Amino acid sequence: MTTNTRYKNRPVKAEDGEEKEYVGFATLPNQVHRKSVKKGFDFTLMVAGESGLGKSTLVNSLFLTDLHKDRKLLNAEERIHQTVEITKHTVDIEEKGVKLKLTIVDTPGFGDAVNNTECWKPITDYIDQQFEQYFRDESGLNRKNIQDNRVHCCLYFIPPFGHGLRPVDVEFMKALQDKVNVVPLISKADCLTPTEIRKMKDRVREEIEKFGIKVYQFPDCDSDEDEEFKQQDRELKESTPFAVIGSNTVVEARGQRVRGRLYPWGIVEVENQSHCDFVKLRNMLIRTHMHDLKDITCDVHYENYRAQCIQQMTSKLTQDNRVESPIPILQLSTPDVETEKLIKMKDEELRRMQEMLQKMQQQMHEQDL
Amino acid sequence: IRHSSAAGVFKHCVHSLSTLLDTPTLSVHLVDVKSETTAHLLLHSLCWSSSSPSSVVSGRCPQDAVGWIFLVDTAQELDSELESPVRMEEESEVELQVEEEEPEVMKQPEQPPPCLSEPNTQGIIKGSDLFGYVGIEAAGFEFNIMVVGQSGLGKSTLVNTLFKSKVSRKSCTPNYEEKISKTVHLQSVSHIIEEKGVKMRLTVIDTPGFGDQINNENCWEPIVKYINEQYEKYLKEELHVNRKRRIPDTRVHCCVYFLPATGHWLRPIDVEFMKRLGNIVSIVPVIAKADTLTMEERLEFKQRIRQGLQANGIRVYPQKEYDEDAEERILNDRIRESIPFAVVGTDKEHQVNGNKVLGRKTKWGIIEVENVAHCEFAHLRDLLIRSHLQDLKDVTHNIHYETYRVRRLNESNANGLGLSALSLENGTAEKSEAESQL
Repeated sequence: MTTNTRYKNRPVKAEDGEEKEYVGFATLPNQVHRKSVKKGFDFTLMVAGESGLGKSTLVNSLFLTDLHKDRKLLNAEERIHQTVEITKHTVDIEEKGVKLKLTIVDTPGFGDAVNNTECWKPITDYIDQQFEQYFRDESGLNRKNIQDNRVHCCLYFIPPFGHGLRPVDVEFMKALQDKVNVVPLISKADCLTPTEIRKMKDRVREEIEKFGIKVYQFPDCDSDEDEEFKQQDRELKESTPFAVIGSNTVVEARGQRVRGRLYPWGIVEVENQSHCDFVKLRNMLIRTHMHDLKDITCDVHYENYRAQCIQQMTSKLTQDNRVESPIPILQLSTPDVETEKLIKMKDEELRRMQEMLQKMQQQMHEQDL
Repeated sequence: IRHSSAAGVFKHCVHSLSTLLDTPTLSVHLVDVKSETTAHLLLHSLCWSSSSPSSVVSGRCPQDAVGWIFLVDTAQELDSELESPVRMEEESEVELQVEEEEPEVMKQPEQPPPCLSEPNTQGIIKGSDLFGYVGIEAAGFEFNIMVVGQSGLGKSTLVNTLFKSKVSRKSCTPNYEEKISKTVHLQSVSHIIEEKGVKMRLTVIDTPGFGDQINNENCWEPIVKYINEQYEKYLKEELHVNRKRRIPDTRVHCCVYFLPATGHWLRPIDVEFMKRLGNIVSIVPVIAKADTLTMEERLEFKQRIRQGLQANGIRVYPQKEYDEDAEERILNDRIRESIPFAVVGTDKEHQVNGNKVLGRKTKWGIIEVENVAHCEFAHLRDLLIRSHLQDLKDVTHNIHYETYRVRRLNESNANGLGLSALSLENGTAEKSEAESQL
């Protein structure tokens, strides 16, 4: 009783009312932040493309490290017999107390041989291997320390010498589009004039659409963001694929020391927005969309792989009638072949009817005009 | 005599005629021959010294005249009005006229009208006057250049820049039908370009589709086949019973191979191609789109390429074995130390310091194509056109073609065909013998 009267007698203040409604979960982001910073982040980036396109230089410029100090370039004889290798470098970098375990997966030998048929197979195999390993770990008994080696992003380097995508580029991106986030880049952009860069970007965008390649799409920003942010986002989307230049050297330009390349006719500054899109790439990759890349890898690509894997296994199980399976899985009711065919036929019919409907709508629309 | 193509021709004339006529005390004076009548006069006075100049029938010299070479013996006395030592005119830069694509002989606006009346003695020899008498037909010189490389490396732009005319259709122009073709097919386009009265029939053989597929095995075979076909054509013409005075020369004189500016090493496809073609045609490798390499990277890249060429036994032009004398060796050594040339090509002009220069304009500067501090285009042009053009043709004719000929004749001998009528002793060529087309 006494407590009640005490509360009643107190003059009602504004904070009191708020304190009554305040539960306190607004501090959750801070808690998450603190935990993540303690745990640290990890990110796996794959670079693919022919040799000599500046992949290693770009990675060094992006993360301001020097990952390939003692790299030995093979000569032509050794290279004739080389197959595509996969090499991994891991480096721990820290910035303002936030730790990042960065893994760079390099693919030397890609596209270098005379006959490059299926030269992307080692790469797709590697990505599948990482998925499989994560799948096993996830389904295992001890899930405390799962190492996530899945590839979160693949930067594909398109040579600037051609006129858009070459057959090997198209085939590679199609082979990888469902397994990893593919970000195409126009490399060594310092050999192109601004007009040529524009033309090349338009060509590449057209051909990506023409061949139906699913590259990584930036998520649309929320509609309640301010206009400036939306403008930036639009500019970012319109300037894909990024035309980048990388550099391992620091030169003196306009009184400052910047990362750049020194030519007799001028100095190319890597971080100058009017020279190349390096800054945009870095912002996109690291500062704004790194988590989105990881999310899509986990939610989309990995889940696709997992579903495929499970389906294969259950169909095998029902065929072989084996009781034991390597990992504990639910018995999915996989439809048998007949019903699957039926479903496919119905899907086709539906699609055709939708198309006809669209056509009729168009005709009606034209008649109205 | 400056090392130019005209002088080269002249050297060969002098060489071969001195062996023919076997006259040790021979000195050469260049005589101004503005009119064809004068030529007649001189010829008659030299060869048939019995007839007097006045009895020469004056008339125009036929279109396909085999040449007359004027060797003036100092002991012999000539009409004083005809003798006057003159100097060769310096070559200088001039815009070439752009001719249309049909390989017909266009009208000749710059030939001076032959004046039949007065033999002009003073003055400077113009190359055009000389060539009418040295056995080059009215179409001028012929030069066939082949460009090989992946698409987009700037082959057509470079050819256009080299010859300062639009001789090659660039694949980035709007109406160009471009699909990456499944096989390599060769396209050849001929033009007749003219500079200061000297005509040149330039044929550019393009090789679209080379190295563009995923599987590029044997993409060099169509090219090897084409080159051998041209040799075969020439051989057949040569062996003909009634053969033409001047056999049309479609053999590939020079093959420019474009290496992408990766900065690392020769790629396997480069090695395979150059190995196979280095023995049948003169290859000039160039680094394409070299504005992506800094100076240090360029030097390192070139060194690695040279090492790679040596390690694989690839012989590129100018080959060491065919240097004639010490002077040529010195010149060619200098060239050999700087191949492959790092080139940048363009057909756009910009203003730099008040001058119009050919260049590429970027946000960080203008790359001047003809500035030797920026790229080596000027060196390539000098090599291909100004100093070694005739040499390229000679090497093709005397070495590559003769090798092919010997091989074919040996084959046909082995097959028992009736080609054995030709003796094979004089088949192997020595370059100094200069079986020129005179």
